[in-house]
Amino acid sequence: MSAQTLYDKIWDAHVAHEAEDGTCLLYIDRHLVHEVTSPQAFEGLRTAGRPVRAPEKTIAVPDHNVPTTEDRVNGIENEESRIQVEALDKNARDFGIHYYPVDDVRQGVVHIVGPEQGWTLPGMTVVCGDSHTATHGAFGSIAHGIGTSEVEHVLATQTLIQKKSLNMKVEITGKLMPGVTAKDITMTVIGETGTAGGTGYVIEYCGEAIRDLSMEGRMTVCNMAIEGGARAGLIAPDQTTYDYVKGRPHAPKGTDWDAALAYWKTLFTDDDAHFDKVITLKGEDIAPAVTWGTSPEDVLPITGTVPYPSDFEGGKVVAAQRALDYMGLTAGQKLTDIKIDTVFIGSCTNGRIEDFRAVAEIVKGKKIKDGMRAMIVPGSGLVRAQAEEEGLADIFKAAGFEWRMAGCSMCLAMNPDQLQPGERCAATSNRNFEGRQGRGGRTHLVSPAMAAAAAITGHLTDVREFG
Amino acid sequence: MEKFENVSGVAAPMPLINIDTDMIIPKQFLKTIKRSGLGVNLFDEMRYDDDGNEIESFVLNKPAYRNAEIIVAGDNFGCGSSREHAPWALKDFGIKVVVSTSFADIFYSNCFKNGILPIKLAPEQVAVLMEDAERGENARISVDLAAQTISATDGTEFHFELDAFKKHCLLNGLDDIGLTMQKVDAIDKFEAEYSARTPWV
Repeated sequence: MSAQTLYDKIWDAHVAHEAEDGTCLLYIDRHLVHEVTSPQAFEGLRTAGRPVRAPEKTIAVPDHNVPTTEDRVNGIENEESRIQVEALDKNARDFGIHYYPVDDVRQGVVHIVGPEQGWTLPGMTVVCGDSHTATHGAFGSIAHGIGTSEVEHVLATQTLIQKKSLNMKVEITGKLMPGVTAKDITMTVIGETGTAGGTGYVIEYCGEAIRDLSMEGRMTVCNMAIEGGARAGLIAPDQTTYDYVKGRPHAPKGTDWDAALAYWKTLFTDDDAHFDKVITLKGEDIAPAVTWGTSPEDVLPITGTVPYPSDFEGGKVVAAQRALDYMGLTAGQKLTDIKIDTVFIGSCTNGRIEDFRAVAEIVKGKKIKDGMRAMIVPGSGLVRAQAEEEGLADIFKAAGFEWRMAGCSMCLAMNPDQLQPGERCAATSNRNFEGRQGRGGRTHLVSPAMAAAAAITGHLTDVREFG
Repeated sequence: MEKFENVSGVAAPMPLINIDTDMIIPKQFLKTIKRSGLGVNLFDEMRYDDDGNEIESFVLNKPAYRNAEIIVAGDNFGCGSSREHAPWALKDFGIKVVVSTSFADIFYSNCFKNGILPIKLAPEQVAVLMEDAERGENARISVDLAAQTISATDGTEFHFELDAFKKHCLLNGLDDIGLTMQKVDAIDKFEAEYSARTPWV
């Protein structure tokens, strides 16, 4: 057999049917479900009288709509949000799928819950009606977002109609410098490729700097593959992966573990395998990154200045001017001079324990800037519990942060956590689109450490110079 | 799904690049548990001011484009979230075809599930149609799915590429799940072999 990429191998292992034109039915190992993109799919099943084909492989959790304040135990005030969450409660019950309701300590952002509970394993196909499903690629799985029609298709058939994507390699060589994190890697890559650079591809991230990352860091990297246009990003499993997975509630045990491990060790890209596109960056060259505009490709090192529209070509000239107007920025101003009034730390990109440890290191013994609204939102109830046990929550609260319950929160503002028009936020989430965090809200994407530093100083800050 | 009928209509020019799904349908409208009724909120934050009044300068608020059936857009249309509410909103408004140099993968796929035809063309071809679309009701762009052609008002015709299976489904209004159910034996067989091979999954 000719040399294969990791993506090729996992793909081949899941083709249930292939038509002459290459259209495949790809078998799905894990289907994650949340309240926003699933109600119409379940309704479709009901109308057609179809069951969920593999309820044991289907896992649901409400996350987008849920408030993150402790009074949520009294119910969700917003009627539409409440109806959507109640619909998921009912659908999970009626169709017999695994479910983590709002009052379960394991509830959280679907992409944090899946790995945490051991649902996500190497070599799997994982889908969810959410574009940040790419997160699960960190385990060496094919994981990507799907639309609601496809959610219904997977519920009914446990397969997806797919044609294979192209292979792209993103290699990060060498070591990261102090103060530089997984978030800075993934943002810098998007700055290189643009938001459409990965369209049509599945990205494999590799190289020493990727190998050196924890699973949390790898999830951060893969999470934002979609912001570069790639449906999926993945990283070959290794000892770091096995150590993370072992012992989790739904991870294989006993002889199953041994068999799984033997298989997982075959999951790597062969020497000489073909990639359709290759990007190589030196880890040493990556600086703490920040976005200045309204597209995730508007990335600069924190040492930079706001660009001029004339720095760009084609349609980007107009788009850059529009972004400057929306963001209320002046071309030429130093990024570190941009004042911040809100800090949001959390999301499927950066809502894991390692992210919170990084924040605690920065804010310990300090106070957030006067007038700053700063919130930390754990990715799951278990992350929250662990952060409390490690004393991190006390550090945050002493520094003036709001310590919240688990959910998507201000990443997409479908819940009460939103920016007001004109508010400017340093956010650890993944999208800086117009209105993403609330109509008229202005978002600067950064790493958790950078967000923490901005909360203290009140402006975008180079975490390497923070002391 | 309804069959895709050929279109000959007004096209709205939206030359902005990277029009994302948050722009197409902002998150506050994702709280519905239905597929219908989203057209009034299509491009909501670009289309209405803070008080809910129409912003005159926005293309779909201009008299010429209120009944547009086609959008000619800048590069990378539909990037961002996987929300199928984006094609639902487009369809509910009456949009049947979107033309761009490129589309985000998930949005592109979602269009076909809802009878919307996304057409990828070269930049210079999009430029011709964009210019035509700027002429409002004085222009009429025509799409023939079977022939895979799109024509400007003056008859300038461009061929577009399209996956044969996707075309077949659009032309015949075929439902994916129904098609896949016909292959349930293959799925059963695969599942049995696969479970034996990977009992831990």
